[in-house]
Amino acid sequence: MSDTHAHSVAYVRETQLPQQPPPSTAAGPVKWTKDNLFSNIPYTILTLAAIYCIYLILSGFLPWALNGVWNTSNIRECREVLEGATGGCFSVLTERWNQLVFGTGYERSQYWRPTLAFALLFVAAAPVLFQKLPKGMLAFTAIYPFLAFYLIWGGTIYTPILAMVGFVVGYVVYSRLVAGSFAAGFFGGLAAAVVTWWLGGIVVSAITPDETFLAAVPSRDMGGFMLNMILGVVCVSLSLPIGIALALGRQSNMPIIKWICVIFIEFIRGVPLITLLFVANVILAFFFPPGTNFDLILRVIIMITMFSAAYIAEVIRGGLAALPRGQYEAADSLGLDYAQAMRLIILPQALKISIPGIVNVAVGLFKDTTLVSVISMFDLVGMIRGPILASTDWNGVYWELWAFAITLFFVVCYGISQYSQWLERQLATDHR
Amino acid sequence: MSTITDPPQGSFRLSMLLNDTRYRGYTFQFIALVLLIGAMGYLMSNLFSNLAAQGLNISYQFLDEPAGYGIAQTMVEYTSQSSHLQAAWVGILNTLLVAFLACVTATILGVTAGVLRLSKNWLVAKLMSAYVEAFRNVPVLIWILVINTIVITMPSPRAYRGETPDTEMLFGLIAYTNRGVYIPAPTFGPGSMVVVLVFLASILGIFMYRRYAIKQLYDHGRDLPTFLPSLALFFIPTLLAYFIMGRPIGVDVPALQGFNFQGGTQIGRPLIALWLALSIYTGAFIAENVRAGIQAVSKGQTEAAASLGLRPNRVMNLVVLPQALRVIIPPLISQFLNITKNSSLAIAVGYEDITATLGGITLNQTGRAIECILLLMLFYLTISLLISAVMNVYNNSVSLKER
Amino acid sequence: MKKSVFFGALTVAGVAAGVAAAGTLDDVKARGKLNCGVTTGLVGFAAPDANGEWNGFDVAVCRAVAAAVLGDASAVEFVPTTGKTRFTALASGEIDMLARNTTWTFSRDVDLKFTFVGVNYYDGQGFMVPKELGVSSAKDLDGATVCIQTGTTTELNLADFFRSNNINYEPVPIETNAEAQQQYLAGACDVYTTDASGLAATRATFEAPGDHVLLPEIISKEPLGPLVRHGDNEWGDVVRWTLNALITAEELGVTSANIADMASAAGGNPEINRLLGTEGTLGEMLGLSADWAKNAIAVSGNYGEIFEKNIGESTPIGLARGLNAQWTDGGLIYSPPFR
Repeated sequence: MSDTHAHSVAYVRETQLPQQPPPSTAAGPVKWTKDNLFSNIPYTILTLAAIYCIYLILSGFLPWALNGVWNTSNIRECREVLEGATGGCFSVLTERWNQLVFGTGYERSQYWRPTLAFALLFVAAAPVLFQKLPKGMLAFTAIYPFLAFYLIWGGTIYTPILAMVGFVVGYVVYSRLVAGSFAAGFFGGLAAAVVTWWLGGIVVSAITPDETFLAAVPSRDMGGFMLNMILGVVCVSLSLPIGIALALGRQSNMPIIKWICVIFIEFIRGVPLITLLFVANVILAFFFPPGTNFDLILRVIIMITMFSAAYIAEVIRGGLAALPRGQYEAADSLGLDYAQAMRLIILPQALKISIPGIVNVAVGLFKDTTLVSVISMFDLVGMIRGPILASTDWNGVYWELWAFAITLFFVVCYGISQYSQWLERQLATDHR
Repeated sequence: MSTITDPPQGSFRLSMLLNDTRYRGYTFQFIALVLLIGAMGYLMSNLFSNLAAQGLNISYQFLDEPAGYGIAQTMVEYTSQSSHLQAAWVGILNTLLVAFLACVTATILGVTAGVLRLSKNWLVAKLMSAYVEAFRNVPVLIWILVINTIVITMPSPRAYRGETPDTEMLFGLIAYTNRGVYIPAPTFGPGSMVVVLVFLASILGIFMYRRYAIKQLYDHGRDLPTFLPSLALFFIPTLLAYFIMGRPIGVDVPALQGFNFQGGTQIGRPLIALWLALSIYTGAFIAENVRAGIQAVSKGQTEAAASLGLRPNRVMNLVVLPQALRVIIPPLISQFLNITKNSSLAIAVGYEDITATLGGITLNQTGRAIECILLLMLFYLTISLLISAVMNVYNNSVSLKER
Repeated sequence: MKKSVFFGALTVAGVAAGVAAAGTLDDVKARGKLNCGVTTGLVGFAAPDANGEWNGFDVAVCRAVAAAVLGDASAVEFVPTTGKTRFTALASGEIDMLARNTTWTFSRDVDLKFTFVGVNYYDGQGFMVPKELGVSSAKDLDGATVCIQTGTTTELNLADFFRSNNINYEPVPIETNAEAQQQYLAGACDVYTTDASGLAATRATFEAPGDHVLLPEIISKEPLGPLVRHGDNEWGDVVRWTLNALITAEELGVTSANIADMASAAGGNPEINRLLGTEGTLGEMLGLSADWAKNAIAVSGNYGEIFEKNIGESTPIGLARGLNAQWTDGGLIYSPPFR
């Protein structure tokens, strides 16, 4: 066969030709560009428009950012250094850094306290955020609130210790009584904790020395981005349990409890946060006995917590409704009572479904903490609009300060939402 | 969920109120009610004793008194001699105005950005992602202040002044300044009624023609052209009427007089800043909702539509979007509610909404904090409940009818 | 969750403490701190500097009261308030006194139930316009866009002025001085109106102050002064006489430089002696220590020194004494005698 072939044809190629690269228009960056940017006329127009947009933004932004001045002590010096050229007076950030970040409460030597508390926040949050980490780290998470309180507010160390002792006592009582019924355990534990705090409060106020290791910082002076962080973290963590309780209450078959929860949730969701903050700032004091006076920051925490609890309750209600009916029936058929069924069967699943929603609420809430600037608190935005722009030194520096605020909030919120998407992917695997 | 029912155990004993699941619910509810009433009573008694101690009272008398301050942008008659109630009403209308405008533009912006973000054009998709992420992750208050700062950098009316002004009016008709945008306003002379009526009738005609065209398509398979006839109907009769009646409708072009532009319609700078900020901010959220909604429509639907021979824009309009809308509408409602609530930040740019009039200057001048804030909350609550009620009705009408 | 319960416990303790005390003076002494309401930031009157230290004309009054009552000028908690929150903060007891350039008016005194203890600055509402507009009188402002800093009586005065002159204006209410200034400089409004002292302070920070003029019209009387709640006369007296002590000190030539000498022993002038506590029992009558006025004056000097240091002609704000000179120099600053 091969012989005939060999003789009948003059030339036969017996090796394969080396592969040619595809023509330059059908491969590599050119093809990619053609497919993704200029595949047809409308796309080309869109692409050109987009390029023009980017050019506009960059041509405004880059000279300003790159030609910035970082080390003058006021706007007049900065303008002199720039000599009319385009450039940002970023020295406002370096000069007012401490105010922007920590507010006015701390001595220069004390800034390590909130910084340390902030750093430890990551350690404390890690075991909650990443399930793979050793469970032992949760112990630190439990201590963290007290530690952070001590670091940020200072004062006598007995106060956070007492608070912690109260929780321990409450938990011990709870675990003794919970075998009987959940309600007995819960309320017994609560009562024990309150009694401990009350008795301990008397003791602590008696033994508190005048000079404490960490100087007490009045919460009035908390400010800057730290205040946003404090409000965000505290209110989100407080509103979770309240939100769960409200969601369960709204699903309850006891009409009075159900209606109390419904009215509360709908009322809070129906009004803007700013009116609630006005309430906290302006009229809440009228509702307490004469002479009572508690911190504005505490009143604001109460209001923001109520606000986010209502939103979280709605998210969790969605999670509860999404659970198949069979789960409730299965729990009942095992003979579990209401508390057990919720604790062991329903809530773990419902909360898992609700996580993305809860994170969304948390991000929204963190952003909304800037509204406290409207009621004369010096959070990051309040600090910018109040003392810094009002000072003769930095009057007229807007873009630099707003760019700084935008960057800080973007980094935190984008980080949280990326985490949430990652978590969603992690949790989604076992459903498919 | 206490569905376990214990077998009846003879007569009722007091301890059963705690231990028997049939009665325990009542006990809990009773306790909750007592606690609630107790707490309310406690707070109220504190309120009244505090007020009495300071010689204050709760009274809405101040609403009838003259407000005494001026408001720049009013949709109803208002002078500084009008009552505080009238000032509040002006504020309410301003809130509704900015909320309505922002809802419309945010929807347009959000749908555009959401669709473009799914586009195969890499650059545009990335640009839209950047827009969405940048605006979603930064507080709205900061965006309002930043956009206000941007709006202020527009030319001031002074730039239009002089022999060789720095800025010229757009097409000689529209003046854009950092005090607001001035657009020509129509002036209606005698006989203009006819023109307006003809215009309305031709709009009606367009709708009827389109309906007729669809009927023809469905019944007889004839595909009538719709675009050009609609265009013709829109312009020709009205223009005819306009010239026949001797050009009764004129245009009032804004002109620089004194300190400001006079004439035309003014859209104030605070309104523009707030409107833009709310639209762009909420648009980013709506874009996310739209993207999620489109992605929720299974790919098989698109493929099935394409295999029927529908062109891509028809696939989008007739198959994907109607199904996606069902997913998009509920979050869209809550975004509209958010716009309304976020419009309460108007005072940051000097726009006089209800929070700025009733909850701001009125509160400030009268010192009636409790009354003002109570009314303010009541207003927002009513609006929220109304919007969600209206939208729920719509939502029910488009929801999937399952058999 | 944890922190809230804990805060709750603190609150309970706070309630107990609050009910026990009676008057504001006792409260302040028991607390060891004076809660003083100030603005959120107005240069010269009250603003925190880069170190977070509050400074200004109003702040000095707070510090003087703290020194008089507690003997420590730093024992003050400065509570920033907005125009909206200041009165309720005072009424609800969140602050003990308000020193936030607040105008003394009939309705605030009578209807809102506050006691104005005196006047520490006589002000009036004025107008600032760019020179290039060529406006020389506020009556030429027909149709102008006016930036108003909200939160005091400015809106009402403005409306009254334009109505009585039968001219129109377009108000732009703005929350903070900094933002008003931003808009004014950008030309978003033709005129900026607020208290004349505020206008001068604002103009001082401009790149080219000479391009702007203050119009001659002062359209209102704005007596600014510290205020306390109605009904607590003991506390009202303390604040009133601390302010008067500062004023009297200037009149009598007592300054921060010579006060240590003068207070060490009774001198030739009996009124100085009574003021500084080397003679008589004025301090005791107020429920304070004998050297209360000495402490108050020693903080940052007498009224004139405070004025010069914070808003006077040597500062960027550069206000002349004008109406705020001592009565002996033709001004209105006048203290009842210490007797």
